[in-house]
Parts: sequence; structure tokens; C-alpha cells
Amino acid sequence: MSPAVTMAGMASVSPAAQKLDARALRRDFPIFEQEMHGKPLAFLDSAASSQKPRQMLAAMDRFYETSYANVHRGVYELAERATEALERSRERMRAFLNAPQAREVIFVRNATEGLNLVAYAWGLWNLGPGDLVVVTELEHHSNFVPWQFVAGKRGAELRLLPLDEHGELDLSGLDRLPREGAVKVVAANLVSNALGTINPIERLVAWAHEQGAIFVCDAAQAAPHMKLDVQALDVDFLALSGHKMCGPSGIGVLWGRAELLQAMEPFLTGGHMIGSVRADRTTWGQLPHKFEAGTAPMAEAVGLAAAADYVDAAGLDAIEAHEHELAAYALGRLAEVPGIRLYGPPAERRAGIVSFNLEGIHPHDVAQILDLQGVAIRAGHHCCQPLMERLGVAATNRASFYLYTIPEEIDQLVEGLHAVRKVFS
Amino acid sequence: MSDPALESLYREVILDHYKNPRGHGVLEDADASAEGQNPLCGDEVSIYVAFGSDGETIEEVKFSGRGCAISQAATSMLTEMVGGRSASEVAQMDKQELLETIGIPLTPVRLKCAMLGLTTLKVALHKAKGTPLPEGLADLDELELT
Repeated sequence: MSPAVTMAGMASVSPAAQKLDARALRRDFPIFEQEMHGKPLAFLDSAASSQKPRQMLAAMDRFYETSYANVHRGVYELAERATEALERSRERMRAFLNAPQAREVIFVRNATEGLNLVAYAWGLWNLGPGDLVVVTELEHHSNFVPWQFVAGKRGAELRLLPLDEHGELDLSGLDRLPREGAVKVVAANLVSNALGTINPIERLVAWAHEQGAIFVCDAAQAAPHMKLDVQALDVDFLALSGHKMCGPSGIGVLWGRAELLQAMEPFLTGGHMIGSVRADRTTWGQLPHKFEAGTAPMAEAVGLAAAADYVDAAGLDAIEAHEHELAAYALGRLAEVPGIRLYGPPAERRAGIVSFNLEGIHPHDVAQILDLQGVAIRAGHHCCQPLMERLGVAATNRASFYLYTIPEEIDQLVEGLHAVRKVFS
Repeated sequence: MSDPALESLYREVILDHYKNPRGHGVLEDADASAEGQNPLCGDEVSIYVAFGSDGETIEEVKFSGRGCAISQAATSMLTEMVGGRSASEVAQMDKQELLETIGIPLTPVRLKCAMLGLTTLKVALHKAKGTPLPEGLADLDELELT
């Protein structure tokens, strides 16, 4: 067996390690072996998607090379191996989320699809006139547009929880909402992809349940960076994307409480999700199959489980601490750049994301000039147009960090920003 | 600037047009006008055109808006290119003509920035003349034009 596919092969992290060694972890990521425009690659766009470690890539390769066939119902050895690999991955993600049962773990394409699943399969059937769906101004479009669409279709109303001037949720208006309608859904992210704000959702979850509402948690930006425990969070649904946490693109997880999932109609229908099909009537399969129509993303599930192994071995607490350190370092260094405006909360209340603007220079020009310096950042509205409107900007620059990010990359960013200012001086 | 790639992209002339845009402003009684947006990056351009007494010659063009250097500089250059030309000719103008004037290599994403002004101008002219918008105007279906 190749050492690369076992956690024992991860020599860079010892189980007892408290502090993360980003320099050692970085060597697990082949992408950093190249230069960009003749400069070392400073990849500061992990909030959009993370890079991939060899261990995860090798796990997918090994599955394709040794165990690949379509899952379920196959009676031959390969089909059994593939089925076992898929279900082992489901169990791995159950453990990753500390979910009560593996059948509550639904494989989807990404967090967006998971959130749409809830909006359609729960919202379409349970919302009506006089009902309220409550989301926040900080939401990614993925936890905003599905609710806006489904609420509109069912005659329910969408309400936005505002931000205060520090980019943190302002919950002072909560008491007013129950007088305006029946609160049925509260949907919020745990970590904002645009500002990095870590939202204190405990109070929102408790409030949602007092109203008899379900709480839908977008954990796409949280899953790569902090330990998740759906039982401690006490949420009803939680969605994440594999590609942001060192996993492959094309797979994510929707976790939901079994009793809610069981009472719901399906989202997508077709093969595999059925109990029995007759000319006049079809019955649905058991969980999780009811929500997994069509051939499953098998190799992607294997990759996702390997990614969970990888980030767990690095240690989610250590990752979180590493990112707080980098955010504090970045906020300090960026403040040296004349004409910079920084958005969002202080370092201790944010994940490794820093949003900023340079006075008089459009983010696309900033990002383009930085690219020529080997620095990759994101420029735009980050799928958060309601938030951008709240900040009064069309777009921002966003630098984001992960377990492989080193301070030199932030230095390279700061030097690049000085170069940007020189071009526009 | 010493980096040749940087130099070719942010040519002095682009930065000059960005910092000192020509034809910047609003024409209150414009004969033709339109607004364009590039939702991808939030570039916005409004274009105003005044025709000469023949109702065909472009006498004056002004634009307002905000956005990246490429979008604003390209629109500024455009206002210098179309003065005195006929509206129906400009409504059919080949995008290559503008791209040659801009004279920098553009990735597909930045091409949308560069074309925002021209596409918006074409919409304004077609609206004023009552001619139908060509299908897939400049192949930039992500732009929002009103």
C-alpha cells in the first residue's frame, strides 16, 4: 500500500500536535510546486476553494484503480467493494459532524445543492401565506436565493437580519418578527464567506426553536476551519461542500434530523431513490437513498472521507488557531498600506478571511496586478450582493487562508498591494 | 513599472483615460441613452448621445459610471472614437475596432469589462433608432442592459 493513502503516511502531523506546521503540510500539496508568472505562488483564495493534498488524490486514484463499479444491488465483488467504500465514507462524515446516525448524511453536489434540497423538499411543502423565512444579510447567495425563491412561490415572506457596523449580526430586532408572521425557517451561515465573521448562532438556534421554526445552517465556510458538532449546535439541517475542505469538487453533505428527513418528500426523483415503482404509483426508498437519486458520486465520497481524515489529522482546533494568527498578522500588515479600507470584525472573531478595498482602485484591477506578482486573491461580490449593498461597495478584494498558508504569502500580498498603488499613483 | 506583463496590460494610455476620463458627465436632453452593468464585477456605465440636426450624426457622447480601470478607460476611449460618425454605422461597429484602440491583451473576463461601454452605446443607438437589437449583442449575454 502506498504510504500516501494512509494517515500513518502523514508524517507531517503528530496526533498530539497542538500547533499546526503549515510549512510541513504545504509539502503535501502538489500545486505549490509551481511558480506563477515567475514568482512563488501565494494562493490566498482558499475560501473560494481549497487546494488538494496528495493523500486525498491518492485515495480517489486507489478507489478508481482497485474498487470501482456502480454501487448497490450489484452482486459481484467489485460492486460490493464500491458499496462498502461509499458507505464507509458516509460513516466517516457522520463522525466528522458528530451526527447521531449515518443515514442522516446525504451526499449532494455541494452546500448549494444541500440548501436547495431543504428549501424545495421542506420549504415547498411547509411554507404558506403568513409564514416568515428569516435569513441574514451575511448569507452567501446559496442560503439566500433558494429561500427567496421558494418563499415567493408559496406566498411566504423573507426577512433579513441586519448587520451592525462591525459586520456582526444585530439580533436586537428578533422580538419584533413573531408579531409579523409565523417564523417557519431560520437560515444562517456559521462563518461568513465574505467577511470571515464567525456567527454566534446558538442564540439564533434557540430562538428559532422557540418559534417552532427549523434552523438551517450553511457550514460551507465553517467546515474547513472549525470542529462541527450538529448535536451541540442543535441545528436541524447543516450543509457543507467538500471542495473547500481539501476534498474533490462535486461532492458535499447535507445532514438533517432523521425525523424531518423521513417526513419530507424527495427532492430529485429517479433511479435508486425508490421503494417500488408501479405504473400508477411509486414509493420512496429509505434514508439516505430517498434523497440520492441516480448514481452516487462514489469516488468523490471516498475523496471527501480522505479529506476529513486529512483535516482531522492536522487538527481542526489547530487549523482554527493557525487562521486566527494569520488573520491577526494580515490585518496588522495590511493596515500599513496607505488608502486601504478593511472590512469585518477583529481577528479573534473571524476565520481566516480578510476583505478590503484600496481607495480609488477597483478590486478587479487590484486582483489582476496581484496575479502578475504571483498572488491569487478573489475580487468581486463573493456571491453576497445584499452584503455588498449594506457595505456600500460594488465589490471587495478578499484574501483567505487555510492550513497550508504561510506568513510569507501575506508579505507577498502586501508587497503586491504597494505595486498596485504605484501603477495607479 | 518594470514588469513587462504589467506594462502591457496597464498601458500608460489606459491609466490616463481612467484617471482623466474624456466625455465624462451626463447629457440632460440626450437623444439616445442606455445603462449597462456587468454583474460579474459590478462595473456600471450610463451613456448619453446627442445627435446633430440631421438626427443621424453623433454630435456629442458622454458617459457616467464606476468600475474597473479597463471598463472606464475603454468607455472613455470610445467617446473619442465615435464623435462625428453616423449613428447607424456606430450601432454596427465591429468590436475589433475598439479592441485595437485599447491595444492590450484581455482575458475573457476582462473582455466583458472592456466591451461594456460599446455594448451599452449600441443599445442606446438601437433604442433611439427603433432598430432591433442584434441577437447575442457582442456575445456578452452576461451583461445587463437597459
